Amino acid sequence: MTYFADVGALARKDLLLELRSRDTLPAMLLFVVSTLVVFNFSLPADTGDLAAYGLLWVAIVFTAILGLTRAFAAEREQRVLDGLVLAPCDRSAIWLGKGIAVVAFLALAEVVALPAFALFFEPVTWELVAAVALADVGLAAVGTLLAAMAAASRARELLLPLLFLPLVIPVVVGGVGASIGDDPGRYLAFLGLYDLIFAILSWASFEYVVTE
Amino acid sequence: MSTSLPNNRAVALAAAAFALLLAGLALAFYWVPDAPLEGFRQRIFYIHVPVALTAYACFGWAAWKALRLLSTRDQRYDLESYTAVHMGVIFGILTLVTGSIWARTSWGVWWSWGERQLVLFLVLFLFYSAYFMLRYSVEPGPRRASMSAVYALFGVVLIPVSFLAIRLAEGLIHPVVFDRDIGSNLAGSQLLTFGICLAGTLALAAALYANELTGKRIDARLRELREALQ
Amino acid sequence: MVVIAARGLGRSFGEKRVLRDIDLDVAERDLLLVTGPNGSGKSTLLSLCAGLLAPTAGELEVTVDRGRIGYLAHEPLVYRELSALENLDLYGRLYRVPERRERIGMLLERFGLWESRRSPVSSFSRGMQQRLALCRTLLHDPALLLLDEPYAGLDDAGAELLDAELRALAGRRTLLLATHDPDRVGRLATGSLALA
Repeated sequence: MTYFADVGALARKDLLLELRSRDTLPAMLLFVVSTLVVFNFSLPADTGDLAAYGLLWVAIVFTAILGLTRAFAAEREQRVLDGLVLAPCDRSAIWLGKGIAVVAFLALAEVVALPAFALFFEPVTWELVAAVALADVGLAAVGTLLAAMAAASRARELLLPLLFLPLVIPVVVGGVGASIGDDPGRYLAFLGLYDLIFAILSWASFEYVVTE
Repeated sequence: MSTSLPNNRAVALAAAAFALLLAGLALAFYWVPDAPLEGFRQRIFYIHVPVALTAYACFGWAAWKALRLLSTRDQRYDLESYTAVHMGVIFGILTLVTGSIWARTSWGVWWSWGERQLVLFLVLFLFYSAYFMLRYSVEPGPRRASMSAVYALFGVVLIPVSFLAIRLAEGLIHPVVFDRDIGSNLAGSQLLTFGICLAGTLALAAALYANELTGKRIDARLRELREALQ
Repeated sequence: MVVIAARGLGRSFGEKRVLRDIDLDVAERDLLLVTGPNGSGKSTLLSLCAGLLAPTAGELEVTVDRGRIGYLAHEPLVYRELSALENLDLYGRLYRVPERRERIGMLLERFGLWESRRSPVSSFSRGMQQRLALCRTLLHDPALLLLDEPYAGLDDAGAELLDAELRALAGRRTLLLATHDPDRVGRLATGSLALA
């Protein structure tokens, strides 16, 4: 059970850091709303109502990228990650703690984004909310791992989107399908499957990303 | 580390590949009867599908080597995994090209989002291109090897997940306009031709793999020697 | 008992070979001084012993497990936006330090940081950050200490505190000390390794 104590300590640390620096979350909120506004101007008048749902998912993915780019910023700047990696705790706890924080940030961004979306474009259904919740888990799971990879590279901010986007195409499919499809249950189940598979894979392989 | 032995293997594989592909293509274009619906154009199937399957095999091989690297921390596997990914991408590009040609000859368009294999390979192409970006932006060493290995494992898991996603996406985004009769009822002669072509592409991949691996190993050895002399 | 054993140890970063052919035997309670000019690989050697880097040549064996190694790097490895107390509390939890609060308080007191324990590290001077880093390193009472230029950034008062600490640790714990100033701790050393 010390594993979950470690995860708790790490997640709390990340949330505390954001509370102090307040740089990532406000940026994510502003970004997602700005993107929605841009969509108004980019959607031609005669596109169907459903197109807006598609664009919402694009906005969510790119907002996630914005947040993830900052995910390991504090650790990278002061090489604190070395300090965490040296600790006797399981390295996957670092991934889980950070991932929980990322989900929290995404959820907060969506608390603003979804009402804005409902206001500007189309109504938000329960299936959409469920899809967003499931998608957050998948995006955070994969994104946290990839953010750690990008943090160790020279290219950093450039690298993360390139690694991230192909991997989250299934999340977009699941999300859009649940939003507009006739059978949202199938797409929600698919999102759940994606979450399960990639969360386990990320959890198991994080160790190898931060050590040699 | 002797470099002559693997080279012999590469030469043997190349010879086998040449023979098999020559035979396979000859069979595909001259011997096998026309497909009932599509006619002569369908013959590109004998190149397109083996190339696609070979690409999958390369990515799978890369993932296997990646797993070996992570479990043994033996750096030798890094080069092998990387080379396999490289081969996979080459055959992946070939898949996209042959698939595009097939779409053009069948339906008159160079691209179709309804063509599952094509879309899947596009996603994989993006994914594995990012693999190279990852490698270029990290200093060579054990860390880069571990990260590349993890990424290669993600790739192989992505293949079925993406395929499922693409199938689900068809239901709501792009209507399946075109349908194709692939491989469901292959007659004996078709199966034989297909098998020979597949063996040929696999042999070709193996030959290129062995050749490039040898080359890279020589480079590494040269670097080692140069450093030792410093 | 051998704590660190290295044979032909080498480490390269891409093309650059930083450490070459190092043989090392560090026994329990040794204090090894690692000297050499900048760029000679002192930090790299300590990183290898800590387990942060893997050798690219040769062999290295460290018989102390992760939780009992204390590593002082060039950077303090603390979060600038958090306070000294919060940083040490996090490390204390991760290292499962018994009687965490008491131990943190004692270390902060000993290194003169008790008054500023609630201030964010970003407000600390270089000397204070180094002292905090020392607290972090000693927090879990490690059996093996890897100190990379521990005197760097310390003012006279801090350096004296460190002197006292090292005197107390020498002979009771195993230490590897990379330093520009070997004379300061020369008396305590049981051996030295000069990197070209």
